[in-house]
Amino acid sequence: MKVLMSGNEAIARGAYEYGVQVATGYPGTPSSEILENVARYEEIYTEWSTNEKVAMDAAIGAAYAGKRSMVGMKSVGMNVAADSFFYAVYTGVRAGLVIVVADDPGMFSSQNEQDNRQYARFAKMPVLEPADSQESKDFIGAALELSEEWDTPVILRTVMRISHSASPVALRERDAKDGRATAPFERDPHRLVCTCVWAKHQHPVIEERLKRLSGFANTYELNRLEWGDRRLGVVAGGAAYNYAREVFPEASFLKLGMSYPLPYELIRELADGVDELLVVEELDPFLEEQIKAQGIDCRGKDIFPAYGELTPAVIEKHAAEAGLLPQEQVKGARELPLPELAGRSPIFCPGCPHRSTFYVLGNKMKETIVTGGIGCYNLGALPPFDATDTMGAMGASIGVAHGLDIAEIPDPSVAVIGDSSFFHAGIPPLLNIVHNGGNSTVVILDNRTTAMTGHQDHPGVAETLTGKPGKEIDVEEVVRACGVTDVHKVDAFDIELIEETYRDALAYDGPSVVIVEGPCYFVGPGAQGTYDVDLETCIACGTCFKLGCPAIKLSKEVNEKTGRAKAEIDPVLCVGCDMCAQVCPVEAIHPVESEE
Amino acid sequence: MRTVETMNFMITGVGGQGTILASDILAAVGVEAGYDVKKSDILGLAVRGGSVLGHVRWGEQVHSPIIPQGRVDYLLAFEILEGMRRLSQIRPGGTVILNEQEIHPASVTSGPATYPEPDAVQKALSAATPSAFRIRALEIAQDLGSTKVVNVVVLGALSSFLPVGTESWEKVLEERVPSRFTELNLKAFHSGRRLTKERA
Repeated sequence: MKVLMSGNEAIARGAYEYGVQVATGYPGTPSSEILENVARYEEIYTEWSTNEKVAMDAAIGAAYAGKRSMVGMKSVGMNVAADSFFYAVYTGVRAGLVIVVADDPGMFSSQNEQDNRQYARFAKMPVLEPADSQESKDFIGAALELSEEWDTPVILRTVMRISHSASPVALRERDAKDGRATAPFERDPHRLVCTCVWAKHQHPVIEERLKRLSGFANTYELNRLEWGDRRLGVVAGGAAYNYAREVFPEASFLKLGMSYPLPYELIRELADGVDELLVVEELDPFLEEQIKAQGIDCRGKDIFPAYGELTPAVIEKHAAEAGLLPQEQVKGARELPLPELAGRSPIFCPGCPHRSTFYVLGNKMKETIVTGGIGCYNLGALPPFDATDTMGAMGASIGVAHGLDIAEIPDPSVAVIGDSSFFHAGIPPLLNIVHNGGNSTVVILDNRTTAMTGHQDHPGVAETLTGKPGKEIDVEEVVRACGVTDVHKVDAFDIELIEETYRDALAYDGPSVVIVEGPCYFVGPGAQGTYDVDLETCIACGTCFKLGCPAIKLSKEVNEKTGRAKAEIDPVLCVGCDMCAQVCPVEAIHPVESEE
Repeated sequence: MRTVETMNFMITGVGGQGTILASDILAAVGVEAGYDVKKSDILGLAVRGGSVLGHVRWGEQVHSPIIPQGRVDYLLAFEILEGMRRLSQIRPGGTVILNEQEIHPASVTSGPATYPEPDAVQKALSAATPSAFRIRALEIAQDLGSTKVVNVVVLGALSSFLPVGTESWEKVLEERVPSRFTELNLKAFHSGRRLTKERA
């Protein structure tokens, strides 16, 4: 029986079928649905860990204890986890350990476009790349076997278009034999204690292992020569394989399931058997550089970009320019008499508790420099708020604000961070400010969830991923325990009070924290009725539009003096948060009386 | 083996309009009808009121989950501006189903941009294909009692054009929506289907 599954669902199914017993991770698009789906299999212990490094260490520990383990994260999560997976390559594992990372070529929801195949080479472990949902499932089994056979963690690298694409998958039952029974911990400090004295003996072993793995790759079933037309040979794996197949349906292919270490004999065989060898890979010239280093001639990034997705459209265009395809085969988008099209950036949802903060910072406190971080709240950088000045990584807002402070900028500044980010990476920089006598103001937007990635739990939430009760860590207690004494709490839905509190915190001589409390609409109590605009009273001043609420749209009625459109509220979208009524200077916005 | 031309469906709208469930259903119907199917959605950041885009492909063997440029056979636009944004991807003779709903982006409400005028929309549609259908799915959904079924009304309107019997659609809808909403969704599907049945 075949079932339609996304790549992420299939990875989770793979964990189930191939006897994974422990799965950890931290949410991040496009990886979040992996663990959410693993959590549906009660045979597997599953948790959202506080951050990717914590998740990685926990999975390593479980693998040391003899349990098949999996850790899941998005592209940039690997940077957080890296500190830990490097040592695991040295210590080895006692049961399969697979690191699932979902990269984001095209940067649909990431701050950079890093190619995590590089970490395989950097940390010296194999990486597998599935090309569809069936492979996403099967390769989990393959990764666990490789991991156990070669005593190393193995990366399974997917990309957004594999993780969030669906295709049919053939299912099998869980093989309980694949999992390992619980046993007392077996001590072996010479392997598991990575002190330089012992670990340096392991490095030559790792180098030797990589050489043998490269030899093994030539016969590995995941790497497959597909002979076709001998004029063109293509080396490709993962998503790029599908795109290249679409564009060059007749060509010969080396379809790589394992992208590191590489099967050089197979690559030579393809190169020798075709007129021209082409490497089609998204992002870095990872395969190409290694192939060229072996003295094998090929083309790749001289034709295709090293950024963005290599969609069929991109491959077609560049291949045609390079003379690999007839120009007439490239269709392209059509020329149509289209009107000028307004852009549509993502925006805070109706009822979002973050709206008030960025309305205040972007309109009432424009002089304030705002450092931001990762989460829905980085939408505060976009119109109509244009409030956020810096944004780079989880937890970075607090450290960067401290940097501005010690650089003695004359401007007021606040660091903004979400609750999940605060637990993930915000506590060490807050401790740093307090310990070093800094004077920053930190705003923690406590919306009771990890919102952007789909409402996952974090240490401040009372329920864990598997629905069990979790100890709810109080943000204020943590802040006070970090040594902050000027701590404020304010209701996210009271705009005036928010402004007043931010000004008070900025005026305080010493570190301040403002905790803005208001649940994400999707985890809160739901709609509180709807509002509408009294068009007689509305003066079309545009103040409510500055809230950037999707429910507030242009009315067909205009102010006859200014010619500007009045406001209208879409009853389908409005959830009654009251913010527009608070900012309206002429009190034209009111709750709609309930008919009941 | 018979050769089946791959059918390419592009689904576009604004985050929150139910486009992702629509592409899930469309993909599942393709499987039910015996096709190889690939589907790709954008999730995460874009879902927060941004422009969303899904690809669904049915065929004998589908490699890429993304539709090559300019080869969309069916464009399902849940919102006018987003429909215009993707219109140039429709192949000549392809079918467009445009739900006549306006959702104003911030660039229109608080910026200098303007929302497409109805005449300009009609002109672009006529130039794109003779097979363009403007429907009012939101009104139909509201009449049925839930704005949430806009997506199923749109799918119903699409179904008239496809070589798949209504029983496949009904089966998938029954599997995919909570049982207390099954009847509502089946009504929404058939209401949408009636809009295009005679013109397909």
